[in-house]
Amino acid sequence: MIRFSHVTKEYPRTGVALSNASFRIGKGEFAFLTGPSGAGKSTILKLVYMEERPTSGDVRVGGIQANEIKRRDIPIFRRRLGIVFQDFRLLEDRTAEQNIAFALEVTGSSRDAIPGKVSRLLTQVGLASKGPSYPRELSGGEQQRVAIARALVNDPVLLIADEPTGNLDERAMRGIFQLLRDINASGTAVLMATHNLGLVRRSEFRVIEINRGQIVFDSADSSSPPGGNDPPPTDV
Amino acid sequence: MSLTLREVALGLRRAPLLSVLSVLTIACSLFAFGLFGLVALNVSEALRHVEERVEIRAFLADGTPIEAVSAAVGDIAAFPEVARVDIITPEQALARARKEMGEFQDVFDAAVLPASLEIRLKPGYRDPTTVKAVAERVRTYSFVDDVRYGEEWVQKLYSIRNIAGATGVVLGIAFAGVAVIIIGSTIRMTVLARAREISIMRLVGATDGFVRRPFLIDGFLKGVVGGLIALLLAWIAYTLVNRTLGIQSSFFATHTAVFGVLAGGVIGLLGSALSVGHHLRDV
Repeated sequence: MIRFSHVTKEYPRTGVALSNASFRIGKGEFAFLTGPSGAGKSTILKLVYMEERPTSGDVRVGGIQANEIKRRDIPIFRRRLGIVFQDFRLLEDRTAEQNIAFALEVTGSSRDAIPGKVSRLLTQVGLASKGPSYPRELSGGEQQRVAIARALVNDPVLLIADEPTGNLDERAMRGIFQLLRDINASGTAVLMATHNLGLVRRSEFRVIEINRGQIVFDSADSSSPPGGNDPPPTDV
Repeated sequence: MSLTLREVALGLRRAPLLSVLSVLTIACSLFAFGLFGLVALNVSEALRHVEERVEIRAFLADGTPIEAVSAAVGDIAAFPEVARVDIITPEQALARARKEMGEFQDVFDAAVLPASLEIRLKPGYRDPTTVKAVAERVRTYSFVDDVRYGEEWVQKLYSIRNIAGATGVVLGIAFAGVAVIIIGSTIRMTVLARAREISIMRLVGATDGFVRRPFLIDGFLKGVVGGLIALLLAWIAYTLVNRTLGIQSSFFATHTAVFGVLAGGVIGLLGSALSVGHHLRDV
């Protein structure tokens, strides 16, 4: 699903954000990306959804190579992904269902199919009755659920989550994490950046730890992974 | 397309103040350009009226047979530069002199005024070189005593026309440039105000074309509305000037006005295209 081979990302102003990183994440896998703020987690995610291109090395996602994809093809590529952020990134002047429908509309879904799909997605994330609510009327956890529903509109093969529980209380955090697990259980690979070590330790999934732009630990390579029984990566 | 139009409407509804300010800024920029255009139009019309008075007068020798004069008139009228040729008899010359210089009307006598040919040139052939060349050709007729065309006056007129033309082009480009910059900056504000929405659109897989389309329509519409307001303001200014100064200046012809309004739309569209394109490259 994701393959990083000796990837370095250097920004003109801030210098090296990622140095010689190599890892693979298989189809349907769930992996945490952990590390302190500024360690390079978001850089890895941006490289995955091709917001950034590597300075050197090779990034492949779903068989697409970052250095070869044309700029105009990136939106089409992103339709195979779902992306959620700590700050939800919802359109404040649209209701929950309009936010989800919007993602379907911009990707050219048939108009007739949109209401049914929006309704199914809202039910899937546990917000069946919150469709007409505006983001400001929803709690943080509910807003993140809407963001996740929006990320699922195109049945993504990979869900990228950048600190999705960072703004949430413990209870909401557990709810979102469970939702991500459910999504993963249905076959979607999940790559979740978090600095919540408690959450990471409590789960059984693979952990890639990054510090100062370097991968310092990968439970898939470790003889004694902290999480334990993660499935072996199967690259596609 | 309906989605694009809905996004345009939503954008206008979401930031009505910014939309109104954008339209007014565009209107003011185009109004300034329109005022300049009105001044340029009227100066050019005034010069054209003066230019129409450029004429060559060929005085004929006494006793020239009418057949010879008629043949010459046919010849001269066939010159490519010549618009028309009139024969002015001594009696007509006398009547005209008496009319133009009323207080001296008793001084004139038909016997002292020779017959002449009055030659008017086509537009585009009224420059000093052409006027002189035509005058010299007319002078070659044996029965032509003298040829006059106000050489110095034609020269001055031509200089004024050139200066006015060059000033018009330079000022026109400057005004248009300022209008484009102001309109572009205004639209850039609109784009920046929707930066978050653009980034979300891109994250969910909207193509650049999809993101760009509502902004292009928005820019075009604002440009057209701004252009219409500018046209209205220019018409009010034109009416006030005419009333206040008691003159009858010219206003834009319909096709020029339509062109101006559409030009506003195109500037709005280009401003949007540049701003969104720039923004999309940055995000």
